[in-house]
Amino acid sequence: MTAPIYRLFGLFVVLFALLVVWTSRWTVFEATALQDNGLNKLNLAHQLLVKRGRVLAADGTVLARSLPAKGGTWTRFYPTGSQFSQAVGYAIVLTGRYAGLESHYRHELGGAPTGLGSVFGPLGGNQLLGNDVYTSLDTRAQQVAIRDLAGRAGSVVALDPRTGAILAMYANPSYDDNNIAAPCIQPACSQFNNSTQAGWPPGSTFKVVTAVAAIDSGKFKPSSLVNGSSPKMISGIPLTNDNNQTFGNIDLTTALTYSVNTVWAQVALAVGPDTMAKYMQRFGFYSRPPLDYPPGEIAVSQPYSTLTGHAQPPASPDEDLGRIGIGQGGLRVTPLQMAMVAAAVANGGNLMTPHLMTRVVDQYGRTVQTVSPSVYNQVMSPATAQEVTQMMKRVVDEGTGTPAQLSGISVAGKTGTATIGTPGSNLTEPWFIGFAPVGNPKVAVAVTIARTPGQFGGQVAAPIARDIIQTLLAEGK
Amino acid sequence: MSARNRELVGLIPASLLVTAGFAGVFIQRSNVLSNVSLTYGAIFLGLCVAGHILIRMTLPRADPYMFPLVALLASFGLVMVYRIDSTLARQQAQWFVLGLILFAATIILFRDYRRLERYRYTIVLVSLGLMVLPRFPGIGYSANGAYLGIRIPGLFVFQPAEFAKIGLVIFLASYLSDTRQVLVVGARRFLGVTIPPIKHFGPVVMIWGVAMLILILLHDVGSSLMFYGGLLAVLYVATSRISFVVVGMVAFALGAWYLGTHISHIHARVEDWLHPFDPRLYASPLGSYQIANGIFAQAAGGLFGQGFGQSTLVFPGAKCCLIPNPGTDMIYAIITDELGLFGAAAVLITYLMFVARGFKTAVMARDSFSTLLASGLSAMFALQVFVIVGGVTRVIPLTGVTLPFISYGGSSLVANFVLLALLLLTSDRARRPAQ
Repeated sequence: MTAPIYRLFGLFVVLFALLVVWTSRWTVFEATALQDNGLNKLNLAHQLLVKRGRVLAADGTVLARSLPAKGGTWTRFYPTGSQFSQAVGYAIVLTGRYAGLESHYRHELGGAPTGLGSVFGPLGGNQLLGNDVYTSLDTRAQQVAIRDLAGRAGSVVALDPRTGAILAMYANPSYDDNNIAAPCIQPACSQFNNSTQAGWPPGSTFKVVTAVAAIDSGKFKPSSLVNGSSPKMISGIPLTNDNNQTFGNIDLTTALTYSVNTVWAQVALAVGPDTMAKYMQRFGFYSRPPLDYPPGEIAVSQPYSTLTGHAQPPASPDEDLGRIGIGQGGLRVTPLQMAMVAAAVANGGNLMTPHLMTRVVDQYGRTVQTVSPSVYNQVMSPATAQEVTQMMKRVVDEGTGTPAQLSGISVAGKTGTATIGTPGSNLTEPWFIGFAPVGNPKVAVAVTIARTPGQFGGQVAAPIARDIIQTLLAEGK
Repeated sequence: MSARNRELVGLIPASLLVTAGFAGVFIQRSNVLSNVSLTYGAIFLGLCVAGHILIRMTLPRADPYMFPLVALLASFGLVMVYRIDSTLARQQAQWFVLGLILFAATIILFRDYRRLERYRYTIVLVSLGLMVLPRFPGIGYSANGAYLGIRIPGLFVFQPAEFAKIGLVIFLASYLSDTRQVLVVGARRFLGVTIPPIKHFGPVVMIWGVAMLILILLHDVGSSLMFYGGLLAVLYVATSRISFVVVGMVAFALGAWYLGTHISHIHARVEDWLHPFDPRLYASPLGSYQIANGIFAQAAGGLFGQGFGQSTLVFPGAKCCLIPNPGTDMIYAIITDELGLFGAAAVLITYLMFVARGFKTAVMARDSFSTLLASGLSAMFALQVFVIVGGVTRVIPLTGVTLPFISYGGSSLVANFVLLALLLLTSDRARRPAQ
């Protein structure tokens, strides 16, 4: 009876091997799919027990932290509330609702294992403490943005052109992320982030893009002369300058300094749709800016048909290129995109990848992730950047942007005043984009105020940009 | 080193495991390392040493590895059950003591275990009688649609199948040791199939009937599978005829297929097995919620597991149980969650080592009753592990049997200690020098 016993034991060895194989199926080979299964509540149960990491401003101010709640769970507290709510967003773990940085860095904040840890599992037990996310956001600049916007809808975005680090990102209306169920404390409030999601016509600030395309492509020089009479027929419709002011043959620097519409519309048409589209794409138009922020909360800046409202592809035959060249013609942009335009010129033509996070620090204080500045696009040659910088400096020194002047610091910039609404409504969208100091730019900024009763960019947006630049430079940025 | 000294040394890992395991659970609970864990380890070691001294005095030649392997499994089970529910663990510790007492009683009362042969019909009738008790209203209770045990309110809960499996093996071993020759010699070949003489095969057919009856009456797929598998194993060892096994398996498969499609409870089990992540099945009563969550728990374990005490058993704020029956049916899923693939494989290898010692005893035994008894008990034990672990890992449909020595459950623990006693008795006799 010995042989059958051995065979029987052999059978059990096979059966037990089968058990090990099946166990490894669930624990290793199909583990990821099982963890993502919608019925699987284990991850959620675990996340509820995790003390999520903090979100911090550049100076160490805590923007988000976890407070103990019942049953070993945690609630999220945002000490700075609406001041940073658009950048930080919110996390409601139980219902799986996330926004802003809380969404983009949910795994880091939630203590999910990364790298080798995710392969081998936590040998030393579960991570019940998330990592801290440090941002480049400046508390003072955010406060100045709130003070200067003074309740008006609009947005302020500032970044360091050398690194792409976002220094300020505030928009009205804001919301209280401590109370997502009823977040509105002001008469108007929105979780819609006007800094990254709004689509507003950039007006004359876009002439910077047109100037870069014109000069970098070699078709124009800053000294090229163009006739600035007003009105001029563009796409079969007369286009006028501000106050219908007429200029003679003026060079491009003068045309930018006084924001002469008819000149820049002609320049855009002379540059042509393909070259204009190429430079717009280099600046980041037509695609989602590569910010570390949820893609669903970042809009693409590009022209939309004024007739159908549909997005127009690059170099579309239907576009009104002359008016796009002066920031009208259905062009809709985000304040973030316009800050990137200023930053590209400021950084010698190299557009750096914008980012909010600077480093991720684990519970033991070890830095586990950092951001090294990377070039997103080389938009133009350093020579072009230098020439356009000088043109923008003239705008602030003696042109439409004089309210942005700072004593002792030279500022380069461009104003914009887009006309919006129905003809004759006299509603405007004032803008200012710029950077400083001109010799060694450290801050690039875009400011806009939505739907003002006929106010100009130089009048209302430039002073805010000036305050932001002054604040950030004083902070030692 | 003598066999008994090897056994004594073998108990050290088990005691260390209890100490380390409780320490781990305490640290996870409250970040406090209490010396209670040492106390647990010491008490456990004391109990095991008592068992060891008994074996040393009564069965000096018995296999030296079985008892330490069981101690390892039982101590590991105690830690797991404690980690899941500390109240259950205290009861389990009491059952452990009772199990040791019955273990001692079996060894002392049945020094000559071959006396059991005399009572084989009594034993099988009592076993079968006990099996049917859960069907009677008032004392029987059911879980997940299967009639698994009887409950004397306020006193105890008793699962007769755990003991019946031993009784059935004793009967089969005894009966087949007498008739194995006749079964083979008297067999005729018909259409290429060896058919044993009906007269002697009758009792075996009866066991098939019993297995089917368990399915029909008690809806207990797990026990049915275990008993019938045990029968085939003993039959195969007794006759060396693979054809008997094939015929038996076909007969069982036909019966199981018919019942699986006609008894809604069994049908539901099969559906849950095939489609555990179907949202409709997941949400329905008798649905796949348990098996699906067991698999999710295993997926959370990965290679090394989350660590002792780290598995999420209760959804924060909820009253109970992401995984139903974490301490009994689903304990393997919790083990995999906390100790990972490697920990789970280590548990399975421990079981396989115990089974190997059992079969080794069967090979060494000098009379056919002892051989059949040892191989039957070992096969039944291995089948029980396969049925529950296979159910939890979705190799086969999930059916509620316990994981021997690890799952919470008094009947299971005590019955398996009796099983261990019988194996040690057989082993001691087999290793005695020939007279």
